[in-house]
Amino acid sequence: MNNLKIRQTESAAIAAIIASHNKDSTGLMDILIDVQERFRFVSKKAVNIIAEAISIPISEIEQTLSFYHFLSRTPTGRYTVYLNNSAVAGMMGRDKIARAFEKEAGCKFGTVSEDGNIGLFNTPCIGMNDQEPSAIINQRVFTRLSGEQVIKIVRAMKNGAAIDDLPGSGVQSNIIRPGPILTIEAPTAEILEKSVCRGPDDVIAEVRAANLRGRGGAGFLTAMKWQLCRAVEAERRYIFCNADEGEPGTFKDRVILTERSELLFAGMVIAGYAIGAAEGVLYLRYEYKYMTEHLENVLRQMREAGLLGRAAASKKGFDFDIRLQFGGGSYVCGEESALLESAEGKRGEPRDRPPFPVEKGYLQQPTVVNNVETLCAVAKIMLKGADWYRALGTAQSTGTKLLSVSGDCGRPGIYEIEWGFTVNDILRLVDAKDVQAVQVSGPSGTCIAPKEFNRRLAYEDLATGGSMIVIDNRRDLLKDVVLNFTDFFISESCGSCVPCRAMTIQYKKKLEKILRGNGIGADIDQMLSWEKVMRVNRCGLGQTAANPILSTIRNFSKLYNSRLRGDIEFVSEFDLSAAVRESCQVSNRVPGSGGK
Amino acid sequence: MNKPLIATASLAGCFGCHMSIMDLDDRIMQLIELVEFNKSPINDIKELSKECDIGLIEGGCANSDNIRLLKEFRKNCRVLVAVGECAIMGGLPAMRNNNASISECLQEAYIDCVSVQTNDEGLIPNDEELPMLLDQVYPCHEIVKIDYFIPGCAPRADLIWDVLTALISGKKMELSYECFKFD
Repeated sequence: MNNLKIRQTESAAIAAIIASHNKDSTGLMDILIDVQERFRFVSKKAVNIIAEAISIPISEIEQTLSFYHFLSRTPTGRYTVYLNNSAVAGMMGRDKIARAFEKEAGCKFGTVSEDGNIGLFNTPCIGMNDQEPSAIINQRVFTRLSGEQVIKIVRAMKNGAAIDDLPGSGVQSNIIRPGPILTIEAPTAEILEKSVCRGPDDVIAEVRAANLRGRGGAGFLTAMKWQLCRAVEAERRYIFCNADEGEPGTFKDRVILTERSELLFAGMVIAGYAIGAAEGVLYLRYEYKYMTEHLENVLRQMREAGLLGRAAASKKGFDFDIRLQFGGGSYVCGEESALLESAEGKRGEPRDRPPFPVEKGYLQQPTVVNNVETLCAVAKIMLKGADWYRALGTAQSTGTKLLSVSGDCGRPGIYEIEWGFTVNDILRLVDAKDVQAVQVSGPSGTCIAPKEFNRRLAYEDLATGGSMIVIDNRRDLLKDVVLNFTDFFISESCGSCVPCRAMTIQYKKKLEKILRGNGIGADIDQMLSWEKVMRVNRCGLGQTAANPILSTIRNFSKLYNSRLRGDIEFVSEFDLSAAVRESCQVSNRVPGSGGK
Repeated sequence: MNKPLIATASLAGCFGCHMSIMDLDDRIMQLIELVEFNKSPINDIKELSKECDIGLIEGGCANSDNIRLLKEFRKNCRVLVAVGECAIMGGLPAMRNNNASISECLQEAYIDCVSVQTNDEGLIPNDEELPMLLDQVYPCHEIVKIDYFIPGCAPRADLIWDVLTALISGKKMELSYECFKFD
C-alpha cells in the first residue's frame, strides 16, 4: 500500500491537483472535479485553498460548486452511487433497484451510510436509456442492473473493493442500424488531407452546398455559423464540440464518442481550419467521465500521426489541437452559451444574446459550438462531397439522423436513418407493439399519439434532436412519464429566469392535482394560457420546460379529460388548519385563533 | 350607467405591482374617469364597502390573513385578477417552500439570525392579533378561482392598462411576447 499517499495531507493533495490545471477560472471545473473525486466532496478548506491559488473570490467558487449536482459540499461516501431516475429507468424497474440499494447499503437515497462508506443519490438521465436501470458509481457505469447484482455490488463496496473490481460495470453501444455516418470508409488522415488542401472558404462552401443543419436540435445552418464566426476580427477563435447530451433519452453522442471518436475529432479539425481556430474543446457531460482514457488515447494517436498539433494534418501554418473539458452535472449546459460559461469555470447559466457565441463566445472570443453528430457529418461531407450528402434525406433536411431509441420496444439502441422516415417506419424497425405514445426529441420535444405516427422525421415536419422514447399501453402516461419529465425540468432549471424556475412548479402542482382526481377543466385552460409566459425564458430549454404537459394536453386530451371532475366549478385542495399547524406549534398558539 | 368598481390588495408581495399601477402616470386620471376605486392601498380605503366588478390581487398567500382577504375579494369581486409573479407563482416569498420548514424560518428570523440581539428568552411572536404563518407560500389560484393572470415582476404599467381597459370595454386583448417582463 502506498503509505506516502495516505499520509499526504489534504492541503498538499489539493495543491497538487491545482498544479496540474490552469491556474485561472478556466481551470476551475477541472480542479473542483478532481478534488471531488479525490475526497468525495469539496470542503470549505478546499474552497479556501483553491480561491487563494487561482485568485478567485471564495463566493465565486461557491457559486460554481453549488451549481453542479456531481459536485458536493458535504461528503458523498467513499463509494458514491448515482442511480438514474429518468422516466425510462422507471419503466425498466428502477424503483426496485433503488429499494435494493437502500436495503443493502442501510441508508436512504439522498444520504450517506453512517460509516461514510456508501452514498446513494438520484441523478437525471445518464445517457444509458437503452440499458436501464443504470447507475454511475465513482465514474464507472453499471447497466441493466438486477437486484442480485446490487447485492453483489454493495457487498463488494462494504469489503472495500477497488472500483474496477465491482462486479458488472460496462456499457454497450447497441448500434443496430448503422448508416453513412457510422460506417467507416476512409482513414482519418485521408479525410483531413482532402479538407486542408482546399482553402477555408472552400470548405465552408462545401458544407453550405451540403445544406448541413446542426444536429443538436435547433437545426441552424452549420456553414452560416462558421461564416459568421470567421467574419469576426479576433486574435483567437475557438471550436467547441457540444457533447453535453443531457436531453433524457438521447445517447447517440455517447456511442459516437465510443465508436467513432476519430471521425468526430476530424470534424473538429476541419471546423477549426474553416473558422481559423487553433484550439478545439470537446465539452463532455460528467456522466461520460469514464471515457477519458479512451478519448485521450485517440487524441494522442492523432498527435503522433501528425493530425493534431503543429502543422496539423501536415498543413503548414495550421496549428490545431483538441482538449477535453468536463461539466459537473447540469442539463442546461447543453445550451451553447451556458456550456461556454461552464467551460470558463462559472455557473452554467445561459447568456443574454446578442452577442451570440460566434461574435463573443469562450473568453469573449468568436466561438463556434457544434454538436457531435454535426461534426461527424462535416467529416463525411468533406470525404464524399456535398452532392453525395444532399442526395440523402429530403429537400430541406439533407443527410441522415442518428436516433437514440429507448423505452417499450424490442430493440432499443442507435438507428441511423435518412431524414424522411415516418414514426411508423421507426416503430417497425425497433419492434414496438401496442404503442400508446412516442416522445420525440426528449422531454423538451413533443409527445405524439398514434394518429400522428405517419408524420415524417424532417425539419419540414417533425424535427428531432434524436431522442425517441416509446411508451406502450401498459404505462400511465401522465404519472410515469409526464410527471417525471416535469420533475426533471424543475430540478434542472438553472434558476435564472422566473417562469422556468417557478412556473414549472405550478405546472407540476396542477398535474398532481389532476392525478389525485381533483382536476377541473379550468386547470387545463390555465396551464395552456401560461404557455406564453414560458416563452420569455432566456434559453430554449427553459422555453420548452412545460412541453411535457402542454404537448400531452394537446395530443392526449381524452387522457386528461377522463381524470377531470365535471361536477364542480372550482376545487381547492388547500386546508387552512393543516397549513397553520406547524407555525402554531412553534409559537405556542391555538390554531384558529388570531388573524381575525 | 354606473362606473365599474375596482378594488385592489397586496398580500405577500412587495407592493411592486401597485407601484406599477402608479406607473400609469397621467393615465391614472383617465382611469378614474373610467372606473371608481373601492378598497385599495392607492386611495387608502381599508375595507370593501360594496360588491366590485374587478378585483386585482398582488402577492401570494403566506399567512392566514392573506387567505381571509383573498377569499373576501373572491366573494365580492365579479372578476378576480392575479397580478404579478407572487400572486401567480408565489414569487420570492415562496423561496422558502421546500427549502426550509416554517419552524426553521421562525428560528432563523427571531432567534438565530446574527441581527437578533434582544431575544434572550428565545421567544417567537405569538400575539393573538398576529396572523398565523402558513406552511408554504401559496399562489392565489390554489386558494380561490382566479379569472385572469397578469404575469410579470412587476407587470409593466402598459400591460396593466391594457388589461383594465380590455376588461372594462369587454374587448379581447392580445398578449405579445414583449409584454412579459420579470425581475
